[in-house]
Amino acid sequence: MYSYTEFDTAFVAERNRQFRQQVERRISGALTEDEFKPLRLMNGLYLQLHAYMLRVAIPYGTLNGAQMDQLALLAEKWDKGYGHFTTRQNIQYNWPELRDVPDMLDALAEVGMHAIQTSGNTIRNVTADHFAGAAADEVADPRPVAELLRQWSTDHPEFQFLPRKFKIAVTGAENDRAVIKAHDIGIQVVEHGGEIGYRVLVGGGLGRTPMIGKELAPFVPQEDLLPYVEAVVSVWNLLGRRDNKYKARIKITVHEHGIDEIRERVASRFAETKAAFNGADLALFDEIAAQFAPPAFRNAPTEAFDAAYEADPVFRAWTDSNLTAHKAGGYAIAQISLKAHGETPGDATAEQMRVMADLARRFGHDELRITHEQNVVLPHVHKSDLPQIHKILKAHGLATANIGMISDIIACPGMDYCALATARSIPIAQEIATRFDELKIENEIGELKIKISGCINACGHHHVGHIGILGLDRAGVENYQITLGGDATETASLGERTGPGFPAEEVVPAIERIVGAYMDHREGPEESFLQTYRRLGMAPFKLALYGEDTGKRSRAA
Amino acid sequence: MPKAFTPKVVTANALLEGDVIYLASDDRWVRRLDEAEIITDEAIAQLRLLDAQARASEAVGVYLADMAPTEDGPQPKHFREEFRATGPSNYHHGKQAAG
Ligand code: HEM
Ligand code: SF4
Repeated sequence: MYSYTEFDTAFVAERNRQFRQQVERRISGALTEDEFKPLRLMNGLYLQLHAYMLRVAIPYGTLNGAQMDQLALLAEKWDKGYGHFTTRQNIQYNWPELRDVPDMLDALAEVGMHAIQTSGNTIRNVTADHFAGAAADEVADPRPVAELLRQWSTDHPEFQFLPRKFKIAVTGAENDRAVIKAHDIGIQVVEHGGEIGYRVLVGGGLGRTPMIGKELAPFVPQEDLLPYVEAVVSVWNLLGRRDNKYKARIKITVHEHGIDEIRERVASRFAETKAAFNGADLALFDEIAAQFAPPAFRNAPTEAFDAAYEADPVFRAWTDSNLTAHKAGGYAIAQISLKAHGETPGDATAEQMRVMADLARRFGHDELRITHEQNVVLPHVHKSDLPQIHKILKAHGLATANIGMISDIIACPGMDYCALATARSIPIAQEIATRFDELKIENEIGELKIKISGCINACGHHHVGHIGILGLDRAGVENYQITLGGDATETASLGERTGPGFPAEEVVPAIERIVGAYMDHREGPEESFLQTYRRLGMAPFKLALYGEDTGKRSRAA
Repeated sequence: MPKAFTPKVVTANALLEGDVIYLASDDRWVRRLDEAEIITDEAIAQLRLLDAQARASEAVGVYLADMAPTEDGPQPKHFREEFRATGPSNYHHGKQAAG
């Protein structure tokens, strides 16, 4: 696994020392809140509705057992015994006190972790497919290139004052699990005639003005990647709208100028940036790639798995929904659902974190991943160990068999925690999951992704949910807008609004009506919700939701 | 006729703990909404706000929140203030657990 260099370690230690002093000066009154706020945000410390919140980065969502144990320690010692895993592959602590935060940061540094948010208008932490290095469908591990981009962009002199923040995601497979089409730049590792290169997308993003990224280049060779990405950022740095924060993201620049003009500008800028690279980046890439080398997989029989699969229906259901094909024979990728029915999506207790750390050490080559769907992954487990892993997970409330199903809901913190929220999202997720668990039709429904945000910032990715739910404040009452047909994968699309929104207590019945319409209209169990929606469009769902007076009510909205 | 003034409480987050606090009539910061001072006069509300904002080493983000005066003390006019007064609804461990 990749470990930070001494340079990084010294940098983090210095930042922590500075932050400790800044906290002291804030408490003594030497710093005002206006002076202190940007400093604490740079260190991942937010002030929310009921308390401070500390956001800890988990680069590429990859961590080892010792790191997970340390996250458990923080939860127990300085929080209320749990942590919240987010769509950005981070963990958030909801209850730290200001005085304790420097100690929390030091404890994180002991295991090579930090809360430095690379905040501000810079290139943010690069994210990658959570199955990186394990998935059977992968062309190459996307993390070395993500790390290369991180090192290149960190402290890059030209890019410290960009028009706005800039986010890059990388996937190594055709099946996009990193939502690359909703990032400023999305990179897909591809292979043409035996040569590895990169397909580059640009201009995606959610939030206030959601956009799907467009293809800028189908194949950029390895040696051209950094100069090419630099050319893209540089073109945007010149053209980007600094006059209006809501129009500053590259998605707006691409929208206003058109992809063809951007492509031409990038090509001519590339001629200059390319000349400035001397090949040192290629040597660095090889060095980084060596650190991401796969673990030593073992060759062992899988009869134990097959026997348990035959004998135990609970185990079978779990493997059917929570396993993904691994590239090594006899291995599997196992997802641990943090979506137990009725619980808060993405939360794990300190005890559960230790259990997962221990499983990773004993059975998983000491590796864990956090997914943007707020679940945890054991990326490398031998199938013969799965019956035992499942038994241990079950004993700790971690064996929910619902990955990709209607109760595997992404929900942002919403108004239960977030100061920017216009409505709650967690209770809506809890109610939907509980209801469909009661109905016992989750398996029958099959793949269906619900994503919920508590305001227009779209932290819960609602635009790309098969069913998206956005919580709003309508004249002092929580009201929920529903969208259908969103998709976060390689076939990305933005959901379309059904019509007028629903008060909180009508959301679950509305979802039931939507699901009912799908079950009535699908051609068979093999046609997913999204496929049915794409075949039939909005009409049958609108009818199910609003009845015959559909037209009138949506005009009134 | 000018619009009637909606009664207010002064509220903020505590600097050290980060939790929700209200200004009481004796100038203490209190954790419980029913102990907060309810202000029915606009000019007084502005003064109390200014005084509270000056206490920067105790409170962060001081503002006036709309309340309805009742026998049980101030009642929030907006659901956001209700959540601030009680804590998150997904766990029983915010203010509601403290009592
Ligand atoms: C509770 C404290 C949080 C605050 C104050 C916050 C604030 C924001 C804001 C202001 C934006 C919009 C930025 C922009 O478009 O320029 C944003 C975007 C985003 N947030 Fe959060 N957020 C919070 C928690 C979370 C959590 C818990 C997650 C993960 C579950 C998350 C994931 C995201 C993502 C993925 C985006 C990007 C959406 C896009 O593509 O535009 N945030 N957040
Ligand atoms: S979407 Fe809005 S409510 Fe939800 S976490 Fe983001 S900023 Fe807060």
